Amino acid sequence: MTSKGNFRRRLTLYKLMIDPQKLTIQEASELIAEKKISAVELNQSFLERAKKLNAKLNSFITICRDEALKQAKKVDELIAGNQSLNPLAGIPIAFKDLFSTKGIKTTAGSKVLENYAPAYNATVVKKLLDENVICIGKTNLDAWGHGSSGENSDFGPTKNPYDSSKVAGGSSSGSAAAVASAACLASTGTDTGGSIRLPSAFCNLVGLKPTYGLVSRSGIIAMASSLDCIGHLTKTVYDNALVLNTTAGKDFFDSTTQENRVGDYTKNINRGVKNLKIGLPKEYFGNLDKDIKEKTLAAVKTLEKLGAKIEEVSLPHTKYGVATYYIIQPSEVSSNLARYDGIRFGFGREKFGSEAKRRIILGTFTLSSGYYDAYYLKAMKVRRLIKEDFEKAFEKVDVIICPTSPTLPFKIGEKSDDPLKMYLSDIFVVNQNLAGVPSLNVPCGFINGLPLGMQIVGRHFSEELLYQVGYAHEQETKFYERRPEL
Amino acid sequence: MPKVKIDIEHVAKLASLKLSAEQQRKLEKQLSEILSYVGQLEEVNTNNIEPIGQITGLENVTREDETAPSFTQEAALKNASRQHNGFFEVDAVFTENSPE
Amino acid sequence: MNYEPVIGLEVHIELETKSKMFCRCSADYFTAKPNTHTCPVCLGLPGAMPVANKKAIEYAQKFGIALGCHFLLKSKFDRKNYFYPDLAKGFQISQYEMPFSQRGSLEIVIDDQSKKIGITRAHLEEDTGKLTHAQIKGKKVTLIDFNRSGVPLLEIVSEPDMKSALEAKAYAQKLQQIARYLGVSNADMEEGSMRIEPNVSLRRVSKSQSVKVSKLPDYKVELKNINSFRFAQKAINFEIERQSKLLDKGERVSQETRGWNEKENKTVSQRSKEEAHDYRYFPEPDLPPLGFGSSRKAEITKTIPELPDKKFERFKKQYDINQDDVQILTADKKIADFFEEANEAYRKKDSKKVANWITGELLRRLNEQGKSISEIELLPASLAELLYLIDKGDITQNQAKEVFEQMIITGKGAQLVIKTLGVQQMTQLDLQKLVDKIIAQNNKAVEDYKAGKVASLGFLIGQIQREAKGQADANLAKNLLLEKLKK
Repeated sequence: MTSKGNFRRRLTLYKLMIDPQKLTIQEASELIAEKKISAVELNQSFLERAKKLNAKLNSFITICRDEALKQAKKVDELIAGNQSLNPLAGIPIAFKDLFSTKGIKTTAGSKVLENYAPAYNATVVKKLLDENVICIGKTNLDAWGHGSSGENSDFGPTKNPYDSSKVAGGSSSGSAAAVASAACLASTGTDTGGSIRLPSAFCNLVGLKPTYGLVSRSGIIAMASSLDCIGHLTKTVYDNALVLNTTAGKDFFDSTTQENRVGDYTKNINRGVKNLKIGLPKEYFGNLDKDIKEKTLAAVKTLEKLGAKIEEVSLPHTKYGVATYYIIQPSEVSSNLARYDGIRFGFGREKFGSEAKRRIILGTFTLSSGYYDAYYLKAMKVRRLIKEDFEKAFEKVDVIICPTSPTLPFKIGEKSDDPLKMYLSDIFVVNQNLAGVPSLNVPCGFINGLPLGMQIVGRHFSEELLYQVGYAHEQETKFYERRPEL
Repeated sequence: MPKVKIDIEHVAKLASLKLSAEQQRKLEKQLSEILSYVGQLEEVNTNNIEPIGQITGLENVTREDETAPSFTQEAALKNASRQHNGFFEVDAVFTENSPE
Repeated sequence: MNYEPVIGLEVHIELETKSKMFCRCSADYFTAKPNTHTCPVCLGLPGAMPVANKKAIEYAQKFGIALGCHFLLKSKFDRKNYFYPDLAKGFQISQYEMPFSQRGSLEIVIDDQSKKIGITRAHLEEDTGKLTHAQIKGKKVTLIDFNRSGVPLLEIVSEPDMKSALEAKAYAQKLQQIARYLGVSNADMEEGSMRIEPNVSLRRVSKSQSVKVSKLPDYKVELKNINSFRFAQKAINFEIERQSKLLDKGERVSQETRGWNEKENKTVSQRSKEEAHDYRYFPEPDLPPLGFGSSRKAEITKTIPELPDKKFERFKKQYDINQDDVQILTADKKIADFFEEANEAYRKKDSKKVANWITGELLRRLNEQGKSISEIELLPASLAELLYLIDKGDITQNQAKEVFEQMIITGKGAQLVIKTLGVQQMTQLDLQKLVDKIIAQNNKAVEDYKAGKVASLGFLIGQIQREAKGQADANLAKNLLLEKLKK
């Protein structure tokens, strides 16, 4: 094929009347593979949008324009050479700024690492780059992952694209805002106590917290090692499954991973939910806000119409989740943040923000002599009971559905000076981390113009099933089509 | 669970964090509330319950005793705030204070 | 008031694996340029995670078995949290709750009295980086080299069963010997691959009280900065003395850490204030626990060679060698193996002769040349070859010693060295001829001898030696001469 021929095939987005904001990965991927649009053009439009919106939304800490275009050019060359590439090739993706990206600033949202550029790539970054994704930039977050709203970033909070007076949810706030505002087509995140699912719910996205140990944590700045899960946010369920195809799997560098994955998570995605047993845990619906309850139950009804069987289940230790989580997590945080002493990299500990200091002090205390048994050890015992709650429930049902957030996206500043109040935002999302089970947040509708989500929770390593349930609901409702007005 | 008042100063030292008097005061109050909240775990019966280990039950993950290339000296020191002749440099510490 | 020392030893032994404990950097750091054996893991970079070295685990368990410890079928790693510039992550991955080995012992012998020293536990952990102090442009600084960070360490803690500096030294030396026998470490104090920290206290013992009745002391003093067995002995003795004096005065001895000061030959307090360290141990979440099947212990035991004590007993029974020489031969497994191989090759069941050549000649020369047996290429069979040649009469005993020195230096066999040196003992035939010649050339001396002048014999032998240029065996020459003169 001559280069002249290529050029003729490269019609602009304008001529094709493609609105890149409306694209899914699936669609963009086809356009690139069919040479209807070049990777460079596609990414140029996303880069421009990312830059344009950043003043308003503050989704990105770093935008990697030059690197991105260089990578996109390479993809175009491969495609011109008729190389068969992964569906993610040329797709604009953003990485939460906890993911080590070689030579590119990685701050963890904190002034401590304001000048830190890692000498190596996280495994997940490498895996995605090997499939030729384009790194648009590094997204904003609650510093060190500490937060449920995005307001704990040392670089200013990220705003919710659907209403910029509201929080985007945290800690993967920038990742959520970036995808929701169509500054990229997917973003990575971490979920230790809801940090992917909450912002996904607040921004009308599909967010996966995979099973603990399915996706490698190597190279990702650790928050709480026994709880951290590595996932991602997308517009649609299919897109989400595509990304998991690349990121899942055992990694030599992470001793807590295992190869318990499905070959292709998209293959059976439209299987449907006929005769699927869905459990609704009564503890999650008891005191629930009535509007959120209504929308969530409506979603469940949709699935019932599609053939699923609904029954009530019980997860008796649910109410202890936040307490258990807020002992174990700060304990491990206090240890994981000990390496930040300013000697080998970064700045000194005096640069830690107040939330980080709070968690370090709390965690140091709960591990300390005389208190370890009453706090950390006790919490690890209750954790076993929480895990067993899920195991028992899954003897009766195939998946569990429950709300993601007790509230709609709240106003910036509303909870930020009451730490305990902020911690209670996590009430529906921490137990899944404690049990290690996978949970997929899917859009569930809108209330007063603000999005809400619901979780589809399954047994360990049941991501394929979660996608099937999510997909069935999504195809009926198509909430992802409602874009924010930006 | 013991009704606790955290000795913030002592814990801050353990955590190598410097806190102003104001910060200490504020933290003490906030942490007291948090500890009060998490203290409800006391009411859960955990007799004969083993603390959870690896959540997915993994065991025995080890590797062969093989070497792989290391960083060059330059790469290792790349992000150091202070260095000297291939070493990382800090203000003098006294061996007397080594915990090891 | 009499005092009895109560001494325990905490020993760290660096395991000689190829790679570090939790990463694949080379563990052979001793002469490397600073910070050239590091990676994200041992440098404690954000996001880096540990991956456990299975060989280090095997070595640790091997050592535990050799110390007669209880072998734990379930084990795990724990984090030990504290801040210090040489500790990259701000925590050390170690073992707290479930070490690989517990409750063992080893035997020491002092003045032919054997004593059992209890071992509380042996566990695996990672080493820290190395600090050096310097002054740069007038400012005092500390320099950090992370090459050593992450190297696998075995920590062995003894019961406080030792009662003297001598016992402590014997214990440490025994541990060193076992480490070398097992081939898991060079355990060299000077190189830092073995470090010891004695803890010393005194308990009061009055003549009327039995030792069993008196309580254990309520304090202990930890000694650091000891880098040789000699200093360990000195430091412990100094401490015993210092503590006795304090107690005699009715003062209490503070629980503290003290450093050995080489120059001033004394221990010096290292802490102005007593601060118990709160390490906040908790299970290492990045490393799944370890579980071993019931066959694991047997599998590892198979890899353990005959240990020093057993070898000592066997040598005493099996070979016609005195106890002191057995001690020398079995101190180093390689020497013991060399001896047995040479002895086997010599096949004349004269183990005493072989032993003498090793203790008398081989070890002496190695000492002179400052070499260890693993640094020379000499084969045990070559020693046997040499002994055969002496027996055959090809060379004299004295010549053989010269030859042997060259064999040690070059590693070449006896025959080759003999050729190269041109050393050859005269054959009996040639010697006979020489005797005849000397008799013929020295009629007067012969007559004098026959007339009763004994000294003339010596003169004639001297003449033979001179002519033979050292290649004549003196005794043989004498006998042949006498025979001829009888006629």
